[in-house]
Amino acid sequence: MKKMVAAMTLAVALSILGAFAVQADEFTKKDLEKWNKEFMSVVKEGERLFHSALGKNKVSCDMCHPNGANTHPETYPKFQKQIGKVVALRDMINWCIQNPLEGDPLKLDDPKMIALEAYITYERKGKPLDPGKH
Amino acid sequence: MKKITRRRLLKRGAVAAAAATLPLSLVEISWGKGNAQNFTFAYISDSHLTHIKGTKFVRNFDKGLKKAVMECNFMSPKPDFVVYGGDLAQLGKKEELEHGLEIMSKLRHPVRWVIGEHDFYLDMGRFWEDKISKTTYSFDHKRVHFVVLNSILTYDSWIKRWKTPEERMANMARLDNPNGSPFMVGDRQIKWLKKDLARVSKDTPIVVMSHSPLYKIFKPWNFWTDDAEKVQAVLKPFNKVTVLHGHVHQILYNQIGNITFQAMMSTAWPWPYPLSYIKKPNQIPKITVFMNRADPFHERDATGWSILNLENGRVTNHYKLWENRDRILRYDEKLGYPVDTLYQNPANRIPPQEHY
Repeated sequence: MKKMVAAMTLAVALSILGAFAVQADEFTKKDLEKWNKEFMSVVKEGERLFHSALGKNKVSCDMCHPNGANTHPETYPKFQKQIGKVVALRDMINWCIQNPLEGDPLKLDDPKMIALEAYITYERKGKPLDPGKH
Repeated sequence: MKKITRRRLLKRGAVAAAAATLPLSLVEISWGKGNAQNFTFAYISDSHLTHIKGTKFVRNFDKGLKKAVMECNFMSPKPDFVVYGGDLAQLGKKEELEHGLEIMSKLRHPVRWVIGEHDFYLDMGRFWEDKISKTTYSFDHKRVHFVVLNSILTYDSWIKRWKTPEERMANMARLDNPNGSPFMVGDRQIKWLKKDLARVSKDTPIVVMSHSPLYKIFKPWNFWTDDAEKVQAVLKPFNKVTVLHGHVHQILYNQIGNITFQAMMSTAWPWPYPLSYIKKPNQIPKITVFMNRADPFHERDATGWSILNLENGRVTNHYKLWENRDRILRYDEKLGYPVDTLYQNPANRIPPQEHY
């Protein structure tokens, strides 16, 4: 009896695990489309933010960085000599918001920050990662 | 050998002291005097003065134009005139143009004006033509024929598609706008240009000044004039032709047939070279040695203005770069195109000139 219970428990456990494994593996084309749509909506929001006044002086990111050019997201994290340490792209985004845009920095997990990163990296899609490059 | 008197020694000392305080480029220019075709003028461009509210404007951009004006006033020898290359305003507002005129009024030299798209698309150039300058004109100066064109016109269908002047201006002001429209000179001005040049001899040096480059570099950012070839064709019969333009906010130069093209710096901010945007192909001139990548921590880096020296009908461009070593661009008669006097040789280039 004990053996039978143990075997049944094992079978149930395996079936549960199996079911999870199947769920994780078997996403569909429809899922991919859905996820891409989610991602692109954030890119779109990032593009909007990138082209709007995020600070207090009407200056926007795209004025110096059309299509996000010259932001080089693939080179981060890297040593930023003016800051004196290795920083992430989001640190530089905040630096720009505070200085040329004369605004207040975003929280690092602010959805606006994620959206800006999504737009900047999307415009650079396909460029190989090259952290530390100058 | 002349005897060195006290007076002569003092005089020499004064000359040496003066030379020591002047940038080398200015000393060179003073040697060119004597030939009627050799003279100096200055070029300030793309200040993009931005109105915030009331009497507040973006400090950074004001500072750039004020610095250029102050430095122009210190030029020695004095420039014969100063050219303003367009985009004085950011959104074509009366407040911005008036603010720009106030800063420019401090210049002690006569000004020749070129209109940019940021000055134009709010009121279609009305304020500019009423209060500042004509947009299409020519003048002769010391045996050189200067032509100013309004190269930032565009298609009527695009102009009419916007609900308000503000919407039209905002859409033209966004450089990377997928709903933008290419610049053009237009048939009317080209006809005028033909007529204007008909009375000019073919060996007269011609200097054309436009806001956009009169050739095609990168359409997505309007580094582009749609009917550039038509304008180039009109300029083709002349021996020495230089086109000076703003708009691109970077060191850029090219040679197409008989025409030398040179871009001016912005006093406000630099733009990336189009090759930095990897999603679209570009036609960046191969002879250009790029300016240094900008250091955003130095607000005036990769901005500046130009001292232009007309030497035997060619333009030598002394780029005055505020946070970098100045660059000198001179036409090489043997090669038949302009070269950077230091960096054209690849062995002399430095890592910040690599753009990616």
